[in-house]
Amino acid sequence: MSNTDFALAVEDLTVSFDGFKAIDKLTLYIDKNELRVIIGPNGAGKTTLLDLICGKTKASGGSIKFKNEELTGLDEHIRVRRGIGRKFQTPSIYENLSVFQNLEVSYPAGRSVFGALGFKCTDEVKARVQVVAEEIGLADALDMEAGLLSHGQKQWLEIGMLLMQEPELLMLDEPIAGMSARERELTAELLKRICKNRSVIVIEHDMEFVKQIAHKVTVMHQGKILAEGSMEAVQADPKVIDVYLGH
Amino acid sequence: MNQFKAWITSRGLGSVAILAVLLLVVFPLVFDIFRLNLVGKYLTYGFVALGLVMLWGYGGVLSLGQGVFFGLGGYAMAMFLKLEASDPISTKIQSTPGIPDFMDWNQLTALPLWWKPFEYLPFSLIAVIAVPTLLAFIISYAMFKRRVGGVYFAIITQAVALILTVLIIGQQGYTGGVNGMTDLKTLLGWDIRTDSAKYILYYLCALMLLGTIVLCAWIQRSKLGTLLLAMRDKEDRVRFSGYDVAMFKVFVFCLAAALSGIGGALFTLQVGFMSPSFVGIVPSIEMVIYAAVGGRLSLVGAVYGTLLVNFGKTYFSESFPDLWLFLMAALFIGVTMAFPEGLAGVWTQKIVPWWQRNQAQRRAVRLAVAKDAATPADPSSAAPTTLSGQSA
Repeated sequence: MSNTDFALAVEDLTVSFDGFKAIDKLTLYIDKNELRVIIGPNGAGKTTLLDLICGKTKASGGSIKFKNEELTGLDEHIRVRRGIGRKFQTPSIYENLSVFQNLEVSYPAGRSVFGALGFKCTDEVKARVQVVAEEIGLADALDMEAGLLSHGQKQWLEIGMLLMQEPELLMLDEPIAGMSARERELTAELLKRICKNRSVIVIEHDMEFVKQIAHKVTVMHQGKILAEGSMEAVQADPKVIDVYLGH
Repeated sequence: MNQFKAWITSRGLGSVAILAVLLLVVFPLVFDIFRLNLVGKYLTYGFVALGLVMLWGYGGVLSLGQGVFFGLGGYAMAMFLKLEASDPISTKIQSTPGIPDFMDWNQLTALPLWWKPFEYLPFSLIAVIAVPTLLAFIISYAMFKRRVGGVYFAIITQAVALILTVLIIGQQGYTGGVNGMTDLKTLLGWDIRTDSAKYILYYLCALMLLGTIVLCAWIQRSKLGTLLLAMRDKEDRVRFSGYDVAMFKVFVFCLAAALSGIGGALFTLQVGFMSPSFVGIVPSIEMVIYAAVGGRLSLVGAVYGTLLVNFGKTYFSESFPDLWLFLMAALFIGVTMAFPEGLAGVWTQKIVPWWQRNQAQRRAVRLAVAKDAATPADPSSAAPTTLSGQSA
């Protein structure tokens, strides 16, 4: 496995659950500052791929290199500290804490036990929370309990929590699921803004939304990559039409 | 109004101050030394309950083996006191004078090597905290790093409690067996059985307990406290925000163990003995009940819960000894079903809102009366006052 200029290089990645290969010798490269969308039918292994990259699932074989450093074998929190952020499919926020606290806790300082004991919410942290809250449109809701937010706002809050960490690779699993048309538009704009200094991988089903945001699209099917390229090229691909788009 | 706000914000400490007055002034005035010593004994369980608030209430980790750490702290203290009580002159009738009596009964002829350091008070005091913490670290590191949690962890802590009890009872020659370590007399020559010593030890215990509440409150307000709450809610989110979740659980488990150890040592000092009956499964579960009754999210509540359950235990086991265990079980089930947040929950969710509603209503009535007197009623201006009164 040679070193590359890619932000993320996944090579021959395999994971099997009781003999079933959820991801089968998959190879995928993500450029720096790229926004990649992964599409595919249910059970294609899209979420499993993100799980493997962030460490939630351990790979059975192959390699995952982030900025030319091997990730397989590292604990989840170490991968996060290297610069990988992951948003889950269902909004995963701390419902009992305020929006401010949700963002504050995600600030990348005081991450060890004693670091957290001595952590002080400095003006710098407050300013950062303010910036991110404005970015995700929740600046007016900082004191609100996060559990009271609407579904769409919860999704934004989780994206905001990831932005607090300034990740170099951001992975979003169906960020617009359950959102209204207006919220989808706002999310598309948000994604376009935040992919400027980082690579972003998005899993999405909504083709209109994919068209709006994607630089490049990867189609997955049965744990393998079926097609890769621009949205137009992928949509015209007969294999893709057959397994996914046509039905 | 500003004073009212200041009072609200400082209420966290206000309740500690009320507890301090109760423990340091009211109890010593109301109770004779026998009863006060009993309260002091209850307060040592309070350390365990405070540890459980941090561990269970905040960290979401239920331990049914806190008696282990209480016992280890208590035994560390008891070993020092026992060695001091076993000087060659007062043990001269033994076949080997100068060693604890139970060793002599079990045909030991010399002090075991691992007992030797307990001749020194500083070592013993360090051991009171270090031994429980170390054991807690080993157990929790092994479990939490492997992501063992919830019920499975609770069962493992029970197993540890059982193992330690069996070990202590089985190794009679080294531990005093089922009788425990008795006849503890002096601490560096200071007789701990006199009334004045009991007063001093009670105040020491109460002050340390109050100090522990302040320490725990500080931890709760730190980022670590927020993280514990976050972990209880969404553990994966915390992990994928770059935190080593296991180490935070290890920390809070060790904290609870250290507090239990301190409680155990103060128990030994005030009660004058230590035995395996404070180590096993039943006392460990009783300690969880104290925290549950008081409110597992409230530090001050846990202390009240401990006091209340133990007063109840003393009263009922004096009057109806057969019924006590059933009553205790009913109390536990009743509290967890009806008031999941215990006494503290009843206070903050029922009594305080009721009082505020009451006050707001009175204010509204007074206002309406005043308005009636001045001008004909204007409902639009009266309504906001009522609302702000309710939200205060």
